[in-house]
Amino acid sequence: MSSTSARSPSPLSALSPMAARLLSPLALLALWQAASATGLLSERLLAAPATVASTAYDLVKDGTLPQAIEVSLQRVAIGFAVGAAAGIGLALIAGLSRLGEHAVDPPMQMLRALPLFGLIPLFILWFGIGETPKIVLLALGVAFPLYLNTFAGIRGVDGRLGEVAEVLRLSRTELIRHIVLPGALPSLLVGLRQSLGIGWLALIVAEQVNADAGLGHMINDAREFLRTDVIVVGLLVYCALGLLTDSLVRLLERRALTWRRGLLN
Amino acid sequence: MATRLAQLVPAAQARGLTRAFAGRHVLDGLDLRIEPGEFVALLGRSGSGKSTLIRVLAGLDREAEGAVTTADTVAIAFQEPRLIPWKRVLDNVALGLRGPGARQRAEAALTEVGLAGHAGDWPLTLSGGEAQRASLARALVREPGLLLLDEPFSALDALTRISVHRLVLDLWERHGPGVLLVTHDVDEALLLADRVLVLDGGRVAYETPVGLDRPRHRDHPDLAPLRAGLLRRLGVVNPEETV
Ligand SMILES: Nc1ncnc2c1ncn2[C@@H]1O[C@H](COP(=O)(O)OP(=O)(O)OP(=O)(O)O)[C@@H](O)[C@H]1O
Ligand SMILES: [Mg+2]
Repeated sequence: MSSTSARSPSPLSALSPMAARLLSPLALLALWQAASATGLLSERLLAAPATVASTAYDLVKDGTLPQAIEVSLQRVAIGFAVGAAAGIGLALIAGLSRLGEHAVDPPMQMLRALPLFGLIPLFILWFGIGETPKIVLLALGVAFPLYLNTFAGIRGVDGRLGEVAEVLRLSRTELIRHIVLPGALPSLLVGLRQSLGIGWLALIVAEQVNADAGLGHMINDAREFLRTDVIVVGLLVYCALGLLTDSLVRLLERRALTWRRGLLN
Repeated sequence: MATRLAQLVPAAQARGLTRAFAGRHVLDGLDLRIEPGEFVALLGRSGSGKSTLIRVLAGLDREAEGAVTTADTVAIAFQEPRLIPWKRVLDNVALGLRGPGARQRAEAALTEVGLAGHAGDWPLTLSGGEAQRASLARALVREPGLLLLDEPFSALDALTRISVHRLVLDLWERHGPGVLLVTHDVDEALLLADRVLVLDGGRVAYETPVGLDRPRHRDHPDLAPLRAGLLRRLGVVNPEETV
């Protein structure tokens, strides 16, 4: 027995590393399915993987899921657009002039200390329970990481390149366009990834609080009918959307920062 | 060519130039004149204020006192090439160039320094010598009346340095800017310059013309006494002056 295993390589090493990494998740999935099938794991606590899969199929077919995704995506898009515009805009104001920094940075640093989700009760009082408080929560969650990173990025641009711009007699606009903004871009993209992470989280929290449509609504409804399968589908969709936007940013990074390639390889 | 017209206007002139940091005078009533098309080398101990002087002449230091005039166009090559990493080599050279044909002029400048084949490269992929040559091209493409070189060769290996020396002389002869070259290397100064200055105590404490035709060889017998004089001024070889 030991002699054979010494001569032939272990079955694991025959697999590609990618496939090898898939093994344990698949085993867990099988274990989960088995626990559900034998009744060890009650459907009321967690639906079986197979049930989740067929429910997902049904939800797509009857249009519930696409519609919920559309509503949630729209919220994210609006909240993200507003938050990104505010965060980047304020960072430009604060980053490009001392006056702007004194005007913008202190309040931003103070507001940043506020717990985002602790503001929900106030938002409900101020904006009611419609779309507005959700969008505001999302926009705030998105704005701060973008602001902080972009501001730091602008201020972190190598001053020696600023001197180059000066001896090349670049105008202020040219300085900003050719040196400052591209120099701040790597930090901005870091901020973008952070803000998308917080943005999705803010969406989930906002939709839990109250929603009459969207993924959160679908999940809340399912809770009332003890449909753990629907809840799991909703979670998986959140997950997939988050991964999707993250990989979009990665793609953007690769395209926008090609000049760094020389450093990396 | 254009410099011939402006023969009377020096490439750079400073009178009573003074610059202090925290009360300590780095430049202290310095006088300097560089004729149009003249190649001047500047030696001096570390910390003697060479870079400070270069920065004043480049207009990067507005807190210096004294009268400074320079040619209309001043270009500078820093000790590190300072290429903009997110601009391709050609765009670095063309940055800030105005007027028609800016791109073609930048391409021509790159060809002159032997980098035509690297026009589309990212600066971070260049070797040290290539980056330094790109930085020279970026300075020369502006057809400066005054070219400031702050130890641009010190990071290069000996072989690359020799070929860049040739290149600089070549470009200087062709374009005729007044040059102020800061260097630590006495031989480099003697091989390249019309006149060698030593900065000490915040002033030009010593200067010597080098009246030899180029290209020069470092073993030329006439250079030996000049070298000895400069080294003595720099406090390198005079046993009486050592503490
Ligand atoms: N921005 C500054 N703030 C304070 N001190 C400075 C500043 N710039 C230069 N100095 C001081 O002025 C002196 C001269 O500096 P400088 O860079 O001109 O020397 P250098 O002759 O170029 O030396 P090296 O050969 O080492 O490059 C140094 O003592 C330096 O510490
Ligand atoms: Mg220096």
